[in-house]
Amino acid sequence: MSSPTIDNDTAAVARDGAANAMNVTIVGAGVAGLTCAHAFAERGARVTILERRAGTGQGCSWYAGGMLAPWCERESAEPLVAELGFESLDYWRREVPDVPKEGSLVLAPPRDLPDLRRFARRTEGFEWVDGAKIAALEPDLEGRFDQGLFFPTEAHLEPRKALAALTAKLVNEHDVTIRYETDADGEVAGQADIVVDCRGLAARDQLADLRGVKGEMLVLFTREIALKRPVRMLHPRIPVYVVPRGDGHFMIGATSIENDERGRVTGRSMLELLSAVYALHPAFGEAEVVEIGADVRPAFPDNLPRIRKRGRTIYVNGFYRHGFLLAPALARRAAAVAFDGAHFPEVMDEDRREW
Amino acid sequence: MDAMNVKPDRVEFYGSAVSSRLLLGTAQYPSPAILSEAIRASGAEIVTVSLRRESGASKAGQSFWSLIRELGVKVLPNTAGCKTVKEAVTTAEMARELFGTPWVKLEVIGEDDTLQPDVFGLVEAARILSRDGFQVFPYTTEDLVVAEKLISAGCEVLMPWGAPIGSGRGLNNPYGLRSLRAHFPGIPLVVDAGIGLPSHAAAAMEMGYDAVLLNTAVAKAGDPVRMARAFAQAIEAGREALLADPMETRDMAAPSTPVMGRAMLGD
Repeated sequence: MSSPTIDNDTAAVARDGAANAMNVTIVGAGVAGLTCAHAFAERGARVTILERRAGTGQGCSWYAGGMLAPWCERESAEPLVAELGFESLDYWRREVPDVPKEGSLVLAPPRDLPDLRRFARRTEGFEWVDGAKIAALEPDLEGRFDQGLFFPTEAHLEPRKALAALTAKLVNEHDVTIRYETDADGEVAGQADIVVDCRGLAARDQLADLRGVKGEMLVLFTREIALKRPVRMLHPRIPVYVVPRGDGHFMIGATSIENDERGRVTGRSMLELLSAVYALHPAFGEAEVVEIGADVRPAFPDNLPRIRKRGRTIYVNGFYRHGFLLAPALARRAAAVAFDGAHFPEVMDEDRREW
Repeated sequence: MDAMNVKPDRVEFYGSAVSSRLLLGTAQYPSPAILSEAIRASGAEIVTVSLRRESGASKAGQSFWSLIRELGVKVLPNTAGCKTVKEAVTTAEMARELFGTPWVKLEVIGEDDTLQPDVFGLVEAARILSRDGFQVFPYTTEDLVVAEKLISAGCEVLMPWGAPIGSGRGLNNPYGLRSLRAHFPGIPLVVDAGIGLPSHAAAAMEMGYDAVLLNTAVAKAGDPVRMARAFAQAIEAGREALLADPMETRDMAAPSTPVMGRAMLGD
């Protein structure tokens, strides 16, 4: 797949400095493409992004929760996701505004306390909190829960604002060119030294083991309740999270369905998400439904991300439910692959990971 | 229950014989890769697949289903989460078309908190589906009368619960399960749902059940692959124990070494 000749050429281009900067074309301006653009630009590449839509971050990044919660994800994901997640958490806090580090709160109704104990067994970085501590953290949840887990080192962001800020930074500080409503076909081949394919599920034409996992979400508006941090409600079938977006808005997510159908939101999913969040606080029952949405997350069979290098194309894909949590860490590695000929077995060792 | 065990020890469902007595559900695993490894480790030859969540009206769940098909195991589609006869029948029809199998694990859920079967709807749906050429594996309770009615509706397999779905409580009513086994010596019986530990599965097999169907106990274990292996071993142990004709329990101690003639050693 990767030929030594190309790697040498790549390294030579990198050494030549600004006059002969590496020309990099990034395909796709979701969280993967934008963070890759940033990582390559910071290494001195001349970066052009091709995006088929009219703006950045409008694919499945648009519907993301934006929780930067490596410890919480550790409960159900491989340790690698948490490791990469810590790196990304620092990245977002450093590079874009409004990434509050308020931690995360994990709660369960009394009948599902076994799930809370299980959650606690599977991860670290938390403290058990009682009703009084929960009320101190989130006054509007006072009297509703007796036990919970508080993860003080986690953070969250508003995905759409964060990607808008990153886009502005790329254009203003790094001279990145973004060409909207542009398809990559044909055009890419001639000019770039390196093509970074960040198309998500659309890259299935090249990455046959990619699959779609549908997620549905909604945004509610209410002034009756305020939360400082993401709250997860455990349930054996319908776990749900609420991410405060400020100004009375709350993102409620998300289903996870083995299905690659974009856009269709079912009544059942909304019913389940809403009844779960209603159990968190009845104020959500009176809230206004501002938005419902669905998209398809790209995932490999082990739900772990990959960097694959084929000739002068580098594929960065398979972030599954962890786009914001993984993208910066993968982007930095992708740039190191291009500039230094580096190899990262944890995300590139296809023999171990391909199914 | 052929204790002579001259033929290879296999169980037949609607004329299809399998060696593995573990049927595994495919929901809730951390990833398809882990699911696939767990199925291999379990030795299961039959896996259940839930249609509802994955499908919608379209065939958009294709990539997950093709992952399942590639495992080379028999697929037992289920109607998980269906609450009415009509829903269950429609889902079964979709499953038949999609997987090309007349098999269906029939669930008609009657109660949200315990997910226990609506046995009235179950019998009705079983009758409709059997008449329509389906081979129905009904998820039922240990109730004998319901079991009779399912058999007269055309079911040739019964799948009583051990405990509510996902509860991990094991065999809640051993007496009821024993009496079901005794009443239907010729019908393949599978304990379905409520199994939490390999010892629960072993107990069901020692009781004479033909197989065990489970999902959450493996999928939600910290190491699903290892737990799948543990269940395979327990089910084999329970089955072997049954075929080995276990001793009777008794009230008094019975020395395992004869006292008379014991060698006198030292002191």
